[in-house]
Amino acid sequence: MSNANSQANLANLARYQNNFLKEVEERVEEGHMVKMCMQCGVCAGSCPLGPHWEHSPQKIFMMIRAGKRDEVLGSDSMFMCTSCYNCMVRCPREIPITHIMHGLANYAHRLGTAPKGQPTREFATLFWNNLSKKGRVNELTLTLRHYFRGGLVSGIKEALNMQSIGLGLFLAKRLNPMEIFGGHGVKDLKGFHAILAKAKEIEDRKKGFKA
Amino acid sequence: MAKKEYAFYPGCSSQLKASASNYLVSTNSMCNSLDIKLTEIPDWNCCGASVGYCEGGELPRVAINARNFAQAETHLPGQDIVATCAACWLGARESKERLDGSAQLMKETNEALAAAGLHYSGGANVRHMVEVLIEDFGYEGLKQPMKKSLEGIKFAGYVGCQTNRPFGIDGESFENPMYLDKMVETFGGEALTAYDQKVTCCGGALAFSEPDKSQKQIRDIVEAAYDAGAEMIVTPCPLCQANVEVYQSEINKKQGTKFNMPVMYYSQLMTIAYGGSAKDAGLNGQLIRAEKLEKIADK
Repeated sequence: MSNANSQANLANLARYQNNFLKEVEERVEEGHMVKMCMQCGVCAGSCPLGPHWEHSPQKIFMMIRAGKRDEVLGSDSMFMCTSCYNCMVRCPREIPITHIMHGLANYAHRLGTAPKGQPTREFATLFWNNLSKKGRVNELTLTLRHYFRGGLVSGIKEALNMQSIGLGLFLAKRLNPMEIFGGHGVKDLKGFHAILAKAKEIEDRKKGFKA
Repeated sequence: MAKKEYAFYPGCSSQLKASASNYLVSTNSMCNSLDIKLTEIPDWNCCGASVGYCEGGELPRVAINARNFAQAETHLPGQDIVATCAACWLGARESKERLDGSAQLMKETNEALAAAGLHYSGGANVRHMVEVLIEDFGYEGLKQPMKKSLEGIKFAGYVGCQTNRPFGIDGESFENPMYLDKMVETFGGEALTAYDQKVTCCGGALAFSEPDKSQKQIRDIVEAAYDAGAEMIVTPCPLCQANVEVYQSEINKKQGTKFNMPVMYYSQLMTIAYGGSAKDAGLNGQLIRAEKLEKIADK
């Protein structure tokens, strides 16, 4: 995200006048459900990545209500979500916690406030760009781009570490080196791209993001 | 005419020479035995998966799923959409429920679809293959084409997350779903009901981005299978299968364990029980060979 773009996005936030809850309700996926949280903590105890984040969903929800905008939108906790849906099915208030975590991560990512270099933020971006390109995921280029994200040297090291697994998958016909030349994709790529572009345009307009 | 017909959504990982290609091979064999006709949704696209959230946003994710619905509605009218991949099923069903629940989202989605000359009118019914098997055939019905028993093999039924939460199979609990165990027993195998990591998360896409954190999950899942006395793990999810099978060698290397636990799809078990060959069941697609199943196939 360019700096000018972030500035433009921040400019139209003035109308929230430090009411961060209102901002989340209007601009984050399923954000209107945040105020339903009764702080019971079942989500915090249900997360498989519990030992690794600083802020549980329960904390994030309270921080939103307390107006801790910078802390929430700079947190890496939402990016620890594996999408296991444990928190969501256990929540006694039936808050779609997983969706809100995704929504907050997306919002912070788009604003440019999410932690730089956060590995899942980077992988998730690679994943979306990969599927957007041809309409279907190319597992080989996705994996290679992921390994080489830190440059050539670390990429070669990481790829070498994983080479026995790669060879095993190749021998089991579950990995195709030829995918590097394109691989699977949708036939009506033009139509697929047109749908994506239009959907993004509508969502950006609604959420106040400049394209 | 086939007994049942469905609009099939195989998903990216099931494609030829992709990470779950053996899931597709065994699904096709299993469906042949059950007289199920699967017709691929013409020109289907990726569901966006869960991890698509970061860059994707809500409407683009819903819109690409609706593209598949529109294709199915037009070309395979009246047929339920059936996915074999847990993430495809979740992505599609979540999109469908959001579209059902919001006229505004439906309007915006159709505005996006119109850019490709498509329209979705809301008729899609999105199901997982396991739902089809249990609800449309039933355990007794699934038993009918059975030719061989899986007797003597102990299975840890690893259900994982996304075929279980947030939707799950009707009538099952989130904490202890029993359908996979019942399927194993239907075909004569021994289901280890004491297996206590049945619904533990394998790390999902974070197996790539956070390998150490995910491999701790995978270690727990495999270790508990050994503790319960399992000879194989069986799962309905292609990402669970890949993560739990593929990273065992990594965990062995880093942590000195000696894991060598085959991780199978229910469709592979069923193909063998229906008298299919090892090749029909995609057993050649395992990194960790399932020798006991191979033996039954050769019998």
